[in-house]
Amino acid sequence: MFSSLTAAIREAESQNKSLGVLALETESRDQARPVQEIRDALARALKVMHSAIDQGLVGDLHSASGLVGGDAAKLHNGPAGPLSGTPFRDVLARALAVQEVNAAMGVIVAAPTAGGAGVLPAVLTGLAAARGIPDEQVITALATAGLIGAVVAERASLSGAEGGCQAETGAAAGMAAGAGTEMLGGSPSQVGHAVALAQQATLGLVCDPLGGLVELPCVFRNATGSAIALAAIEMALAGITFAIPADEVIDVMGEIGREMDVRYRETAGGGLAATPTGRRLAKERMVQIKRAGA
Amino acid sequence: MVSLLDIIGPIMVGPSSSHTAGACRLGLLARCLVGGTPDRVRIELHGSFARTGEGHGTDKALAGGLMGFRPDDERIRTALEIAERDGLQYTFEKTTLAEELHPNSVRITVERGAHSHVMIGSSLGAGRVFITEIDGYPVEVHGNSHTIVLLAEDVKGSIARIAAILAEANCNIATLRLTRKERGGDAFMVIEVDEEPGENVRDDIRKLNWVRWTHRLDKVSA
Repeated sequence: MFSSLTAAIREAESQNKSLGVLALETESRDQARPVQEIRDALARALKVMHSAIDQGLVGDLHSASGLVGGDAAKLHNGPAGPLSGTPFRDVLARALAVQEVNAAMGVIVAAPTAGGAGVLPAVLTGLAAARGIPDEQVITALATAGLIGAVVAERASLSGAEGGCQAETGAAAGMAAGAGTEMLGGSPSQVGHAVALAQQATLGLVCDPLGGLVELPCVFRNATGSAIALAAIEMALAGITFAIPADEVIDVMGEIGREMDVRYRETAGGGLAATPTGRRLAKERMVQIKRAGA
Repeated sequence: MVSLLDIIGPIMVGPSSSHTAGACRLGLLARCLVGGTPDRVRIELHGSFARTGEGHGTDKALAGGLMGFRPDDERIRTALEIAERDGLQYTFEKTTLAEELHPNSVRITVERGAHSHVMIGSSLGAGRVFITEIDGYPVEVHGNSHTIVLLAEDVKGSIARIAAILAEANCNIATLRLTRKERGGDAFMVIEVDEEPGENVRDDIRKLNWVRWTHRLDKVSA
């Protein structure tokens, strides 16, 4: 797979194809597997994404600690806000839904990780539902997202323990922004700008879950990460460009991750996890988990 | 090389690719050492596995893997109850293994019938795992391919003989790593193969009188 988005964009443009198609062909060559087999695997992933969203929107799930759950249903059925009836609100609800399923030990697709698993399905399936886009096109967009994620894995990191939340929900936002842009007809270079626009917005984001559990703030970071992805898609499709290329934004994300203090890398030693309330809740809930397990 | 399906995947029971999906895969690998669900297992959790494992279902995922559940199997949620019902005796302990080990590590001792084996493995993130020790021998197994590990006396033609057994079983060798501490000393082989070797392959290798020890480990990645 590619280690430079600039190189991938150049190749896609010179061959007059989308990044998604280029990703599928490259994967097929790298892994010596037919393109259809890769599409089938992505189709299975999409099915799991849909099923997680459906489960999460019902709102009857509980996480190990009880800190999260039921909020996707509030957005889905609850009182109207300024964005009611728009794809924006629907995407937020879908992102919460997947993460609530994840926190309740339901089945999800790590994309790129379990902690950031809500963003990509929320943005792609939410926009596809709003625009009546068929699954086949969503599957190609998943390949686009995979290419972007592979570039981030090569140049920076996809692990909160290594690079903070910018490497999990941040990377997921970049993947969703690029994939969503292409799915809605954006050119490869517009995909690049969408990735840069999303990734720049999450630079420096720390990984600070209460008690080290993939619950709080992870569930909400998936919703806000989706919002960033939608903003990036809207801007990129309007023809807005970001002067720093996506590769360089990703490089700087990696650099910030390497310099990030260990307290902010999934250790629950800093950030929201170390606030007075964060510490108190984590302590109470861990006792509860132990009791439930005993 | 990063694969598209590593990024869009694995499909897994939440909440954590390292603490849940990775833990399940470590259980699946430990199960291979005794060729099925063990009768008894002792699980010693190290580092972050010990500290935050309970909230991530690491215990359930390990038990599920030991019973043969894959990372996307929803039975993982109730794996401890299933283990009790089906007679898998388990104990969990928190411990500190070697300092230099990855923070998400575990030592698993499995017993089945008259056989008992022990393995140390780590969950590296995104569901990737790494076995560093089996029965006290240092190994490097990622579970991305079907793998055979063996310790053999340093006899001429040993590789050819092993390769022949694999060829007869229609298994293509993907990678082969041979390490030896000294000339004439025992040789350690880690062989990754493309096709799943049957138990008879392991048994045929075990029958060679110059092979001291061998195990067959399944591919556990997607």
